[in-house]
Order: sequence, then structure tokens, then C-alpha cells
Amino acid sequence: MKPIAIRAESLSKLYRLGQRKIRHETLREKIADLARTPFRRLMPSGRSEEQNNSELIWALKNVSLEVRRGEIIGLIGRNGAGKTTLLKILSRITEPTEGYAEIHGRVGCLLEVGTGFHPELTGRENIYLNGAILGMKKAEIDRKFDEIVAFAEIEKLLDTPVKRYSSGMYVRLAFAVAAHLEADILLVDEVLAVGDEAFQKKCLQKMANIAKEGKTILFVSHNMEAISWLCKEAIWIDEGQIMGRGDTNEIISRYLVQDFGTRAEVDLTGFANRNRLGPARFRWVAIKNAQGTVTNQFQTGDKMIIEFEVCCEESVSEILLSVWFKTSTGIPVLHLVDVDSGFHIKNLLGIKTVRVTVPRLPLSPGLYLLSLSVGDPVGHDYDYVADCLSIDVREEAVTSGRKLSWHHGFVNCQSHWEAVERK
Amino acid sequence: MIVIRPTHGLAGMGLGQLWDYKELLYFLAWRDVKVRYKQTLLGVFWVVLQPVITVAIFTLIFGKLLKVPTGGVPYPVFLLAALLPWNYFASTLNRCCISLVNNANLITKVYFPRLVIPLSAALSGLVDFSVAFLVLLSFLIYFKIWPGIGILLVPALFAMVFLTAVGFGLWLSALNVRFRDVTYLIPFLIQIWMYATPIVYGSNLVPEGFRWIIAFNPMTGAVEGFRWAILGNHWTGETLGGLQFVISIFMVLIVTISGAMFFRSTERTFADII
Repeated sequence: MKPIAIRAESLSKLYRLGQRKIRHETLREKIADLARTPFRRLMPSGRSEEQNNSELIWALKNVSLEVRRGEIIGLIGRNGAGKTTLLKILSRITEPTEGYAEIHGRVGCLLEVGTGFHPELTGRENIYLNGAILGMKKAEIDRKFDEIVAFAEIEKLLDTPVKRYSSGMYVRLAFAVAAHLEADILLVDEVLAVGDEAFQKKCLQKMANIAKEGKTILFVSHNMEAISWLCKEAIWIDEGQIMGRGDTNEIISRYLVQDFGTRAEVDLTGFANRNRLGPARFRWVAIKNAQGTVTNQFQTGDKMIIEFEVCCEESVSEILLSVWFKTSTGIPVLHLVDVDSGFHIKNLLGIKTVRVTVPRLPLSPGLYLLSLSVGDPVGHDYDYVADCLSIDVREEAVTSGRKLSWHHGFVNCQSHWEAVERK
Repeated sequence: MIVIRPTHGLAGMGLGQLWDYKELLYFLAWRDVKVRYKQTLLGVFWVVLQPVITVAIFTLIFGKLLKVPTGGVPYPVFLLAALLPWNYFASTLNRCCISLVNNANLITKVYFPRLVIPLSAALSGLVDFSVAFLVLLSFLIYFKIWPGIGILLVPALFAMVFLTAVGFGLWLSALNVRFRDVTYLIPFLIQIWMYATPIVYGSNLVPEGFRWIIAFNPMTGAVEGFRWAILGNHWTGETLGGLQFVISIFMVLIVTISGAMFFRSTERTFADII
């Protein structure tokens, strides 16, 4: 078994929300209060203060974990679950309120790319400055300088102030410096959510290379595709606690099922995860089985009915409706479009309910997310509702006694097999 | 192995760790210097212009109009010998004080000993000080004043100014993380402090019985020390006594050590409350 890189024992972190709104309205009160209890005011860790404050929140509660050298672990969970707090404690940016941790090796922490970049300084100068901030020695930066420049693809702009860079170039340079940080343990927080797609791929590839060198990586991301591609193992954190740890795809599915619930019917009027750019919008969506019961439990080959309400305040002559199915890791596997079935809505005004029937669900067992889009016929979105429902296609689905699994492909369709003579 | 656990009470200085981060200290100071006069027409020339303009104004008011007694030294030289360390002190105090808040993104995103930030702010003022010192030398040449052997003590006296600025700077920067009032208070504090320190006048203007009181201001000792070291024998007026100078030095040590202790003991919460 490999030696331990990180060991944490019941780490907890207490944060104060809406701090000191009530007291210290004016400087005069502040000074008067300061004079009364100087030590407690100035030492924010004063215990007595914590006890009588009700607006406290445990960002982390009793988190224990062990990471061995060379492990690459994805941290998932919704916003505010405590993922970043954990990284901040492990990188010593902030102290835990309780608990203990030990780190074996040099830690590199990337909570953000381009920390300390100064817009007035040139690319060359910022490489040195940012490198030093991340904890590199000057000799180390000298040695890797050409590599960094090549990775960022900014050779021509090395001596231009970064304020003249496009945002893409800026991010490329920032990531390039970070990617060349030499550390035994890398704590990475959502830094890949930048740059264009090609560059994101390049960044992921770089991370994978770093991983191959035997480095230990804790990787926080909301990009499930990236997590499942990079990490064998994942930890799911919710409300400051570890909910599960294990095989990445299994943990991701568990997290998504919990996060989306077993909802098979959603009121979309207040739905937030959407991209609304035009006059039409979705109001409601439900999934039903062959019997017409609202459910999200299916088996491969089942009949599935999707019903939704779309509405429009001003008349739109032509719209295009579609339903997307994506895997839990974000890969689109199925796209149902109205015109493909010869269905059109002309002059949409007011509310319209649409039913889509899939006679035989072609998806292999697993968790799928459903998105809806309405747009004009040339492909501009009016409303795009992302990942509003999940469909759980169950393992038990068996065709001819064989167990189906998405490991062998996401799509399952009927095919005709026969023995023939070669002509 | 790095051990992480909650800490309480007074923290050690952590000077060894600071040494490991000396390159970061250098790079941050270098950044401040590099950026300071960017996109200005006159650039570094401002470093020369600032003391010269101040001297011109103060010479007119305090030298010509109010006729402050200077112990036989031309007023511009008398003033600049004290203004030089004071300007370094004032700008450093100001920079230190806002340094943590200005670098909040570093504090919340990266780990390093937090002392690096105010210290780099103090170091970045060295360039301005050195250039201004050349201005003083040219004043000395112009007025034909040859400093005595005392000028060799300038580095030690500068260390006194540096420590005073850093000591108060650590107190105020750490307080500023919590109470942004400090940012607004600083300009007034510096203004009052300047007139409480014998800069535009000499301590010979202060009645002898009160001189030991102004000696509790560490800048009094530093400023009068500079005058003594630079003006040498040309200075015939009364100045601080030896004991009063020792009081000033003692105050410097108290401020520096208490500032560092306060800073180290509060820095563990910087990332949470900044």
C-alpha cells in the first residue's frame, strides 16, 4: 500500500454569517467597546463570542479522510457544500475550528488561476510574480519559463502588459503558470471552468499528465465529465460532511440522484438553471410511464411519455422544440426534435401543452438528465432548461437474460441478426 | 510533514518560515515599485519632485515667514534632513496599513506567511528613499555643507525608522482587516503625527522640561538623529539629550515587537474576515 499523503481527522470549520451587523454601528461605540473588552474585540477567535452568536454555520463538520500518494480524487457536491473550505484548510489558508490534519509533501494550491496577476505588468513579469505567489522558487521558474510560454501560446506578447491581452490569452497564461507548479500534492478548485473548449481539454490533459507522474491530486469541479475522466475515485460532500466515497461514476450518480431527487414532475416557472434569451419559455415538465403514472424509474425498452408546457407572451411564427438526454457526466446521448417527427407549432401564443412519446426507450441502465430547449428554426435558443429532471434506468432491465450496462454503450436498440452466405 | 490544527493565544514570530519566502517578499516589493509610476508622464522623476516641492512650500512658510530657528543651518537643508526619514515613515505606514486589504485576493487564495505582505510594502519604499537621499546630497553640495563622520550612522538610524514604520504598520494593517475605519483614519493620524514630530521645527523649540515627553514618539529620536548625523558640526542648536534618544530607541523596540506579536496572533483569521 502506498504511503499516506493527506490524513485528516474530524476537521470542522465554523463560519459566522452576517458578522457584526448589530453592534459597532459607529466608530464611537466601537472605541467605547474596545475600551471595555479590548482583548476579546481584537482576538476574533475569542471563544465567549462564538457561543452567544446564533448566526453560525458549520462549513465543515467532522470530516476525516485519508489520501494515499498518487491518488487522484474528485470532490463533488453542490455550491456551499464545503469543498472549497476543505481545500482551504488543507492548504493552510485558513485554520480549522476543530480537528487535526497532516500533510506529507509539498502542497500546491490552485483555488483560482492568475492570483496576484497585475494588469500593468508584462506577461514575462507576471509569470515570475505569479510563480512566486504560488510558491515556486525563481530558479524553478527560470527553468520552466520556456515551457510555460509555449503552453500558454503567447510568445509574441511576452513583453506586452497583460491588460492588453484578450481574456482568453490572460486565462491561458494564468493556467500555464499554475500547471507548471511542482508539488507533491495538488489541491485544485474549479480552475478548468475557464477558457475555450480546446484549451480546457489541454488543461485536463496536462492534469492527467501530472497525475501520471505520481502526484496526489484533490480536484474540485462541477464538471462531472472532467471528474469522471480524470479521477478514479470521488468524494461527495454535502453540508460540510462526507456523504460517500468510492468509484467516481457511482458516487456521481448517487450525488445527482440525491441532488435532483426522484422528481419526475417539475414546475419550471422559477427554475434557475436555464438560458433564457427569447420570448418563449417552459412552464412545466413531467415524465410518465406507459400507464400514465408520473415516475422517473424506467427499464430499457419501456414506453416513455414526456409532457411539457411551453408558453409565449407575444406571437412567434415558428419554433423548434427539442428534448435532450445527457449522461450524469454530461455527455449528450439522445436528442429528440419535433420536426424529425413531422410536428410543428405555428404561431405560438399563450400556453401550449406538448406530449412526446418514446415507444421504446433506447437507453442502457444508468442515470440520465433531461434538458428542454425551444428556439427558432435556425437554432437560436429562446429558452434552454438544463438538467431539470433525471431518469433512472434500472439495472434489472434484462433482455434475453443478459445484464445490460452503460459500460457497453449508452444506447441500446433492436437489431436483426442472421447467418448468411458470403457473396 | 505539515501539521494542521487550530491554534490559540500568542503565536511565535515564525521568522524561519519568513526566510523561506524571501523570494516572494522580493517579488511583491518589486511589483509595487514597478507598478507605482506606471502610466505617468514623469515616471520616477516624481520621487525627486515630491520632496523638492514640499521643501519649497515649507521653506516659504516656516523658514521665511515664521523664521523657525535652525541653529545656523539653511532652512531647506534643515528641513530635508528630517523630512527624508519622515516621508519614508509616512508612506510606509500608509502602504503597510492598506497592504493586507489591497491583497485580499492573495490572502484568501494562497498560503504564505502573512508578514510577507506588509514587509514587502515597507521594502518597496526603499527605492523612493534612496532617490530622495540623492536629492538631499545635492542639497548639501549646493549649500556647501559637508557632513561629519556621523553620516556613517545613517543606516542604523534608517533601521530605526524602518522598524517604527513596520511596527505601527503591523498593528494598523491587522486592525484594518477587521475595521476598515483605519484606512480613513490614517491620513489624519499622519498629519497630526508630523506636526508632533520635530520636522518643520527643531526640538530646540520645545521647552527643555518637555523634551523627554516628545522623546516617547520614536520618530522624534529618529528624525533628530538624522539631523545630527547629516548636518554634523554645522548644527549649533540644542537637540535631544542622550537619555531622550535612548527612550526613543526603547519605544521603537516596544512598537516593533508588540506589532509583530499582535499581527501573528490575528493573522490566522485574516482569510475568514478580510
